Amino acid sequence: MYRYILNRLLFAVPTLIGAAALVFVLMRLIPGDICVVRLGGGGGVVDPKAVAACHAQLGLDRSLFLQFVDFVVGFGRGDFGISMWSGKPVVVEIGSRIAISLEIAILSTVVAVMIAIPLGTLSALRQNSWLDHIVRTVAIAGIATPSFWLGIMSILLVLEVSQLATGAPWMPPIDYVPLWVDPLHNLSIVILPAITIGYRYSAVTMRMTRSAMLEVLREDYIRTARAKGLLEQLIVNRHALKNAMLPVVTLVGIEFAFLIGGLVVTEQVFNLNGIGRLFVQAVQNQDYTLTQALVMLTVTIFVLTNLVVDVLYAWLDPRIRFG
Amino acid sequence: MTAITNDPPAIRRRWLDFALAFARRQPLGTFGLVIVVVAGIAGLSAEWIAPYNPTANDFAAMTEPPSAAHWLGTDQFGRDLLSRIIYGARTALIIGFVSAFIGGFAGLILGVGSAYFGGWIDLVLQRVMDVLMAFPLIIMALAVVAIFGTGVQNVIAAITVPLIPRCARVVRASAMAIREVPYIDAARTSGFSHARIIMRHMVPNVVAPFLIMLTAFVGQAILAEASLSYLGLGVQEPVPAWGLMLQGGAEEYASTAPWIAVFPGLAIALTVFGFSLFGDALRDAIDPKLRER
Repeated sequence: MYRYILNRLLFAVPTLIGAAALVFVLMRLIPGDICVVRLGGGGGVVDPKAVAACHAQLGLDRSLFLQFVDFVVGFGRGDFGISMWSGKPVVVEIGSRIAISLEIAILSTVVAVMIAIPLGTLSALRQNSWLDHIVRTVAIAGIATPSFWLGIMSILLVLEVSQLATGAPWMPPIDYVPLWVDPLHNLSIVILPAITIGYRYSAVTMRMTRSAMLEVLREDYIRTARAKGLLEQLIVNRHALKNAMLPVVTLVGIEFAFLIGGLVVTEQVFNLNGIGRLFVQAVQNQDYTLTQALVMLTVTIFVLTNLVVDVLYAWLDPRIRFG
Repeated sequence: MTAITNDPPAIRRRWLDFALAFARRQPLGTFGLVIVVVAGIAGLSAEWIAPYNPTANDFAAMTEPPSAAHWLGTDQFGRDLLSRIIYGARTALIIGFVSAFIGGFAGLILGVGSAYFGGWIDLVLQRVMDVLMAFPLIIMALAVVAIFGTGVQNVIAAITVPLIPRCARVVRASAMAIREVPYIDAARTSGFSHARIIMRHMVPNVVAPFLIMLTAFVGQAILAEASLSYLGLGVQEPVPAWGLMLQGGAEEYASTAPWIAVFPGLAIALTVFGFSLFGDALRDAIDPKLRER
């Protein structure tokens, strides 16, 4: 098992270095000089000395190779440099916003799993029934609906319902309070975004659960269990669901890594100051250090989640680690 | 046994029979196809069917609710929502199809080439794909937009790039199974060129998963375009685009003029829903193993 984990870790390193190289090159392809943009925001003449000082401050006067080495070494140490826009360390910028994004990501996963696994299993058990058709349609609708539109619609619904119920419209608050300080306030901020992202996420997982369950339910050992007269509930819970969960676990892991993409848009809808919104602001402000740090953070989350999923998969299925 | 003929009426009849059989076996898929065709017709004939100019402001008719004059109401600038949605179908489908086709075909060639050549070419290409796949679609698209800027062509580039590795991966998996088949060996020993073997003998055999993926890609590209435009980093005003219609006004007027937010979002969801239903049905029709799943 340790050998397997080491192997997977070794595979992850070149991916991370490749991603770092790609991000580094992409950011250097951006036309224009960030220092000229920063110093000549109003369109006036920019003092060449000031531009040179800015280049020196940001390390842009060094060779590209040295800049890349700096970037990779800094990344390894968790030092992403200084934000070109705000002048604050990138780690501080990200650190102050990551808690809310992480909380939404975890809560969305919980929402998705709670919806997807029971419905996907039911759908497989009642294949081709009206319930199956409804679940499949709901799943496809979830994949087709843009999460930001779902967010706008959920705000609209809350406004209308609160207006009808209390006579005054209620909007979810936007000032983040940690869960341990005021759980109710915290939940009122994160619950709508979590449901919005969780529904889309559940749609993909629901389809996978159904498909995996259908495959397992046709296996010989399930037929044998039925022939033995085992209770259907026992067959589903103990024999079918356990084996069908393998690909579902993988998908949940991969989707969790991709949640950051969903956060970029959803945080914008709910006016939340998470890392998704920070990403959009970094692109809009042409803040390359912040953009490359956020891209690398996303890629690292993806690679690490994949690693955890692979290890989990090998632990659950001995055929993989001994294969 | 029916003889296979090449005369046009017989071909038409065969296609008609196939279409009818598809509609009977896949009612949901047919429904999806109908949605896609309706969106396509709306996009193609926008000039003739849109009741108003989609970019013309009418300050006397701002935020008007749906009525006989404006079937879906007007936005905060008095622009007719139905006309903007009809023209928006053109923008969405152009970006969706162009991104999906370019990304899909590039992925097809890379995937089949990688499987065919194997060895270090396959190893290098797959590591590059690993790196590209580590970027969520919207993140990669945002990075590309940061370099090239906004606008229709740049949005197409931003969406195409992340689709390439996704297609290459799936196609490679199918092509790997074909690589060892005797007729590929026979083609090699006959001295056929690599290009001929790839294009004539391998590509046709991976068309089924490729087509299924292509329909999914169109939907994904439409969603990505809508997301980028919503963030203000995609298509720019005055081009009518569904995501752009949800930016700004839609949230601001959500309680007083909800139609501004409801209809463009419905258009996106319905079109992508159509592509997803059709793609699923196509998969079931092409791959009999999946029919019962």
